[in-house]
Amino acid sequence: MSFKKDEDTGIGSYYNNKTTIIQEARVFNESPISPRKCRALLTRIVYLLYLGENFNTQEATNLFFGTTKLFQNKDSALRQMVYLAVKELSSTAEDVIMVTSSIMKDMQPNLEVIYRPNAIRALCRIIDASMAQGVERFFKAAIVDKNTSISSAALVSSYHLFPVAKDVIKRWANEAQEAVNAKSSSGSFFSAGSSSGGYLGFGSAPTNPGYQAVPSTSYITQYHALGLLYLIRQQDRMALIKMIQQLGGGKSGAGSTLKNPMALCMLIRYAAKVMDEDPNVHQQMFELLEGWLRHKSDMVNYEAARAICEMRGVTAAQVAKSVSVLQIFLSSPKATLKFAAIRTLSSLALIHPASVAPCNIDMETLVSDTNRGIATYAITTLLKTGNEVSVDRLMKQITGFMSEISDEFKVIVVDAIRSLCLKFPGKQAVMLGFLSGVLRDEGGYDFKRAVVEAIFDMIKFIGDCKESALAHLCEFIEDCEFTKLSVRILHLLGIEGPKTPQPTKYIRYIYNRVVLENAIVRAAAVSSLAKFGVNVPDEALKRSVTVLLNRCLDDVDDEVRDRAAMSLRLMKEEELAQTYMKEDAVFSLSALEAKLVAYVNDVDAADEPFDVSSIPKISREQARQETARPSSLETIAAPALKSAPVVVAPTAAEAQSTYAQQLAAVPELASYGPVLNSSTKPTQLTESETEYVVSCVKHIFKEHVVFQFNVANTLPDTVLEQVSVIMQPSSDEVDLTEDFIIPIPSLSSANSPSVVYVSFTRNSPEEYALGSFQCTLKFVSKEVDPTSGEPEEDGYEDEYQLEEVELGAGGDYIIPTYVTFASEWERLRGGATATETFALSAMDSLKAACDSIIEILNMEALGGTEHPASTSVHTLNLSGLVAGGGGKVLARCRMTYSSGTGVTLEMGVRAEQEQACKLVISAIGG
Amino acid sequence: MGLTISSIFSSLTSLANWGKESDLRILMLGLDSAGKTTILYRLQIGEVVSTIPTIGFNVETVEYKNIKFQVWDLGGQSSIRPYWRCYYANTRAIIYVIDSSDHARLSTSRSELLTLLSEEELKGVPLLIFSNKQDIEGALTSGQVSDALGLVEEKGREWSVRGSCATKGEGLEEGLDWLVNAIQKK
Repeated sequence: MSFKKDEDTGIGSYYNNKTTIIQEARVFNESPISPRKCRALLTRIVYLLYLGENFNTQEATNLFFGTTKLFQNKDSALRQMVYLAVKELSSTAEDVIMVTSSIMKDMQPNLEVIYRPNAIRALCRIIDASMAQGVERFFKAAIVDKNTSISSAALVSSYHLFPVAKDVIKRWANEAQEAVNAKSSSGSFFSAGSSSGGYLGFGSAPTNPGYQAVPSTSYITQYHALGLLYLIRQQDRMALIKMIQQLGGGKSGAGSTLKNPMALCMLIRYAAKVMDEDPNVHQQMFELLEGWLRHKSDMVNYEAARAICEMRGVTAAQVAKSVSVLQIFLSSPKATLKFAAIRTLSSLALIHPASVAPCNIDMETLVSDTNRGIATYAITTLLKTGNEVSVDRLMKQITGFMSEISDEFKVIVVDAIRSLCLKFPGKQAVMLGFLSGVLRDEGGYDFKRAVVEAIFDMIKFIGDCKESALAHLCEFIEDCEFTKLSVRILHLLGIEGPKTPQPTKYIRYIYNRVVLENAIVRAAAVSSLAKFGVNVPDEALKRSVTVLLNRCLDDVDDEVRDRAAMSLRLMKEEELAQTYMKEDAVFSLSALEAKLVAYVNDVDAADEPFDVSSIPKISREQARQETARPSSLETIAAPALKSAPVVVAPTAAEAQSTYAQQLAAVPELASYGPVLNSSTKPTQLTESETEYVVSCVKHIFKEHVVFQFNVANTLPDTVLEQVSVIMQPSSDEVDLTEDFIIPIPSLSSANSPSVVYVSFTRNSPEEYALGSFQCTLKFVSKEVDPTSGEPEEDGYEDEYQLEEVELGAGGDYIIPTYVTFASEWERLRGGATATETFALSAMDSLKAACDSIIEILNMEALGGTEHPASTSVHTLNLSGLVAGGGGKVLARCRMTYSSGTGVTLEMGVRAEQEQACKLVISAIGG
Repeated sequence: MGLTISSIFSSLTSLANWGKESDLRILMLGLDSAGKTTILYRLQIGEVVSTIPTIGFNVETVEYKNIKFQVWDLGGQSSIRPYWRCYYANTRAIIYVIDSSDHARLSTSRSELLTLLSEEELKGVPLLIFSNKQDIEGALTSGQVSDALGLVEEKGREWSVRGSCATKGEGLEEGLDWLVNAIQKK
């Protein structure tokens, strides 16, 4: 027998070889088939798949069709194996629907066989959205089946099907709810048979009397059911809160229907998410979480403690109880509990070191724990909670075991050191010594990058260590295998080197790179050298750099040659150097992209050159923030394994480009040309908790203004039809004429929010029309028939008063941009100017005046002038771009403050165009 | 006559004995909603079951006169027909089911059948055609179906067209009797 033979060869590469298996798949075609041989072969196929072996589509399809032939055999052990193989092969094989009928037969409610759950689980891999409807009845019955394995299989399958067939599965919520509530989870197959009859209506299905269901005591079905319920309700926060409260079972947590600890952990995560999104339920969720700290399961206690510790803006008082729970876990014999607790404490120590300090004694013991993961976290946490005195001792201990831990943990240690440097700058020498030491050790890219970034931070924030840190970096690039790191270090040397007392000593290190490295590094080295040549006043050094750069002109790589040639030119011409090397502003890349896309898409625009002056500029500092890399200070020593994803809010420019896409899709607005500016943030016109939630975004076109109202209907049982917004100018002076309103034909809670557009023509486009509008939401309200889900025929007209919409200078016409104020102010001396004096008696400080001027004008405050240094006299420098080719506008606001008269403002405005000046002055005056 | 009976008897016994080792593998094919699944379960459990279109196949062991048939009922929808070929290997007989009341698709049914018969793997395999749904008014008789299919040309295999009505169970046993005979002759 083949079985024997296989045993002789052992689990060798031959035995589990893909080619062998594909050949042996002949056994599937034998007649009669041998269940035993087939099962052994299927096991090997599944084993290979689990090991990550790839079968190509043809191979998988052949095996799959071979496997389907095994449905002829009634052997239940074989059938279970067939289902496993079908599940695994279904993702690569083609035409897997061929087993649908066979699976559906095995799923019949009156079929008392062991493989019913297997069949259900396999089915969800086979069917698509169109078939989900057809199996609805089976699934609903299976979800509430008394047998837990059937119920779990159905729930898990529904979970996997959800993304493809949302609407169908949403109807299964009641069944899922019933599965969560199931009191007794035991049940045998033989009582579970339903008499309703399956789709084939078998009178006497073959039974498998050898099988007895094992009653489950784990209540695992609750976990699966909860997962599905959440998936169904995740969009509906009210239902979610209700579910959490219902299942949470009061303050003590004792009354909970949930018996399964994993289900409770899941519930805790949902609760944490809800409280993060909705501050209104924060308190009640927090009470629930605190209750779970006293639950009898460790898992639940830990999950609750972690949820509390990771709450946004958590206070020291709030974490106290959780910390004591975690402290108990620190001395637990279970390594997992210790690890979990110390990891949570480690991240908490970033925010509340004092709250974690009581655990110091327990953590000291963990430093010598045999599990290096636990020891690493213990020591890095101690570094955060400890004082300056203990640092030296801990540093010694760390140095001792750096060689014993993996790269991931080394990164954690380095991050901890990085934050420590900034906390105790006095210890920088020890820290730098440590960092340069580990930089020489063996390690992968992530580890080396962490060390290099830590040293970058030290250079940035601790002036004293700059020179020795740069020296260490120079030494590192002498033998650095990572191109990316070399390039970053060379860039930094180019920026920092020229500012040091002895710039010459770095030149050698940099030029060595030109001689020894690959083209990417050589190019970076050339740029770095050029910065020395431009920025160091010493003539002798300039000459040397020129000599070195001249040699680079013969480089084999064009990029290196080009950079060298450009650098030589820059060194000769001071003016070019100003523009290309010393300029501190860059274009906002996302805005530039959006404008370029609009330019390319607009056929008519091709006649004119692209107008780069309409792109707002930002300083390098802002550009760094915009790249969404959380700045170094925020992430300092945050655990590298942090689970919570960082949600990056879309930048203003990104919002603009999405709006532009939306507007382009409206045919009525197509003739308006490109949108010049859209408000950065929607203005809320209602409270956030009302039946109808409306916000407004304003879009300025060359000759039109379009108001975009995002209307949401939060009432699930009402449909609003012919929804429009009536806008009434509050005074006759508003220089706009209404064109048309694009209403929403029908608005239910499902398709909310939808958009109403109101368009106006700017009567004199060269002027910037300002004003405010009374807004009223108008609609026909219709009840939804709860049985049919269709709106009733008769409705009534209704109105809903919204808040006023303001069309102002800032945000609507002006966008902030970054310039070098002094030189630009001089340049615009000959342009349009205006000066006016205002008495701002309502302002009670210069800071308040600055804030409100910036808000009204929506201009960029330059050089930190938004923070007044003196309480009595201040000058605020602002710059902006006026939409639609209005050009640059600068404002110099000279302010004085005295307690009697408030703030007196003398505002000087210089702009490229007259209208822009007027706009700014009128915005403050009006 | 006596000789014939005894020869049939002996062959039947031998067939039955042989059947102990392995079931006779039979393919049941035809266009969708011809009645294949109904015939299958009518033969297996003797009842009329309610069916839905077969997506894939049903496979059942049918015992008839002490012979075990393993009947593969493959779905007839046009999307599934291309996969019939995956199941041709080791087939001992084909049962082709035609809805005799569906005049419009008779030509489709015919061309599917001819494609099937040209397959190398099915060479010489006996073919039983059920002209099903005889109870419906306007249904073609088995003779008419036979003419329409034009199988006179078909050489090299045993074939027969039989009228049947799966819901009433008429004609099925007679068909099987013929099939047993044909398999055994081969």
